Amino acid sequence: MTALQHLATRYDVIVVGAGPAGMGAAVGALEGGVDRVLVVDREIEAGGILNQCIHSGFGLHHFGEELTGPEYAQRFLEQLLERDIEIATDCYVLDVAHDRTVTLMSPEIGVRRVAAGSVVLAMGARERTRGAIRIPGSRPAGVMTAGLAQRLVNQIGVLPGRRAVILGSGDIGLIMARRMTLEGIDVPGVFEIMTHANGLTRNIVQCLHDFDIPLHLSTTVVEIHGRDRVEQVTVAPVDDRLRPDLSRARTIACDTLLLSIGLIPENELSQKLGIRIDPATAGPVVSSAMETSRDGVFAGGNVVHIHDLVDFVTQESLLAGESAARFVTGRRRPADNIRLVAGSNVASVVPHTISSDSDHTVYLRVRRPLEKSWLRLGDVYERRLRYVVPAELVTLTVRPRFLERFHGDSLVIDIVPRDEPGRYEE
Amino acid sequence: MRDAPERITHYLCIGCPLGCRLEVEEDESGAIVEIRGFSCRKGKVFAEREHTDPRRMIATTVTVVGGRWPRLPVSVTEEVPRDRMWDVVKALRSVVIDAPVAMGEVIVADVAATGVDVVATRDMPLAEIAR
Ligand SMILES: Cc1cc2nc3c(=O)[nH]c(=O)nc-3n(C[C@H](O)[C@H](O)[C@H](O)COP(=O)(O)OP(=O)(O)OC[C@H]3O[C@@H](n4cnc5c(N)ncnc54)[C@H](O)[C@@H]3O)c2cc1C
Ligand code: SF4
Repeated sequence: MTALQHLATRYDVIVVGAGPAGMGAAVGALEGGVDRVLVVDREIEAGGILNQCIHSGFGLHHFGEELTGPEYAQRFLEQLLERDIEIATDCYVLDVAHDRTVTLMSPEIGVRRVAAGSVVLAMGARERTRGAIRIPGSRPAGVMTAGLAQRLVNQIGVLPGRRAVILGSGDIGLIMARRMTLEGIDVPGVFEIMTHANGLTRNIVQCLHDFDIPLHLSTTVVEIHGRDRVEQVTVAPVDDRLRPDLSRARTIACDTLLLSIGLIPENELSQKLGIRIDPATAGPVVSSAMETSRDGVFAGGNVVHIHDLVDFVTQESLLAGESAARFVTGRRRPADNIRLVAGSNVASVVPHTISSDSDHTVYLRVRRPLEKSWLRLGDVYERRLRYVVPAELVTLTVRPRFLERFHGDSLVIDIVPRDEPGRYEE
Repeated sequence: MRDAPERITHYLCIGCPLGCRLEVEEDESGAIVEIRGFSCRKGKVFAEREHTDPRRMIATTVTVVGGRWPRLPVSVTEEVPRDRMWDVVKALRSVVIDAPVAMGEVIVADVAATGVDVVATRDMPLAEIAR
């Protein structure tokens, strides 16, 4: 790690955030041909959210074996240290200016301005809180996000309560249902407003079924009771328009309510910079080089769109870092010439533009689960998909040969039921 | 005639997002007669394994003294039988270890007589001197 006192006044690339995205971007930048790279993180160590995700399930794609979160983080960190990439921890990035001057603040050095040839944003995401879903009732202690509980249990060694209800069936909530059970906390149930679980089947089986924790679909928490501390919550089933049926409400005694209701990219710095944000992802609009709407400012990982697999975070941010290095050394790739548009059953598409001269990996988030569908890229390409769910990103590699006879400037991506034959069926 | 429904066990396949509902039917002796509900080979293999010898990875934390954090994440090095999960977790509850610790260091060998070791899943450096 860098002694902050020895911070240079200028770097080729400065990376904001030292999670898997930031570490990937730093390695990518070095591979892209620059050598003065600084990674900054406000936490006391690199690794980002991975440090608290102590379960296994990371790295099957990137490292070819299943690692725990801390193992994945440490393997990556070792790569950074081997290559003499500077890492400044316990150091907050306050601002990134238009001229790419980065303002840092730390207890050690106070406020310091450092110049960067290019910048990679890798600030990750934060969890949605109670305010985001407006649950009525009192405001007692004991209501917290699942990720905060994860940090308390796995790093700080504090148990959040004795009996915890979980709202939302995202993977973090499912993982915490098991984790708390193993720590002796009673988990009476997981409640999900949608008709389908949000997390991976693997987590449903290994975190809920293994411990006989019930999952209640189409049900939500309608009220929180308790003065100083949560005493109980009221849950009720919802109809197909997600309106709770209060006549069938019931209360559950508990002292803790964990919220696992999704992540939002952390884009305060991007907004201050005036970067274009896509309302569908809540992250920056990016080119195929992971460049934002501001020259020389790149982005990767959860700050761009919410990922479920850290391996994709790594893949995307290696590219962001490489592009940041190309920018500095004057070797930018030609500009993109095709805009990608989210069509039927596609909630978001990243990147937002591509070029027709090289391969591009495109990440799609679907709106609804669909069995047997076509993935269609305009009318230039289609592929069968066996099954899609909102919880798992769909990846599509767009190759130059798909675009040989395409002369337009935008392509709509649809994921539609396969009840009709394919356009190019034999 | 045997009482068919009592001999059928249900599983949810974790092989892919499709989440096929699997059924394993066995005879009086407990031998598998038929596996149904899978859409691919992976599902059949999964059902057989879950039925005869379910195993799980276990990750938890132990107390670490003098480290950067009060908890050290640990994991078994290979899957252990699912019904031994609690024995492993309980055996780890009373473990207290001193920092520093290196990733991969064996924290408990042959935990709960499963034949599997528990190792640290990160380095735990000594706590930084307070500023
Ligand atoms: C609780 C949880 C469980 C998960 N489980 C799995 C799993 O089982 N398998 C899997 O493959 N994936 C999992 N994921 C997904 C994967 O881990 C994440 O997608 C990945 O960690 C995101 O990486 P990131 O670098 O974009 O963000 P993060 O890991 O969040 O890192 C962002 C970093 O930026 C820093 N930062 C932010 N703003 C500033 C600032 N202004 N100044 C300085 N530093 C700043 C933060 O401190 C943080 O360290 C999980 C994610 C979460 C949240
Ligand atoms: S049986 Fe095959 S298709 Fe069905 S869930 Fe398992 S892996 Fe997927």
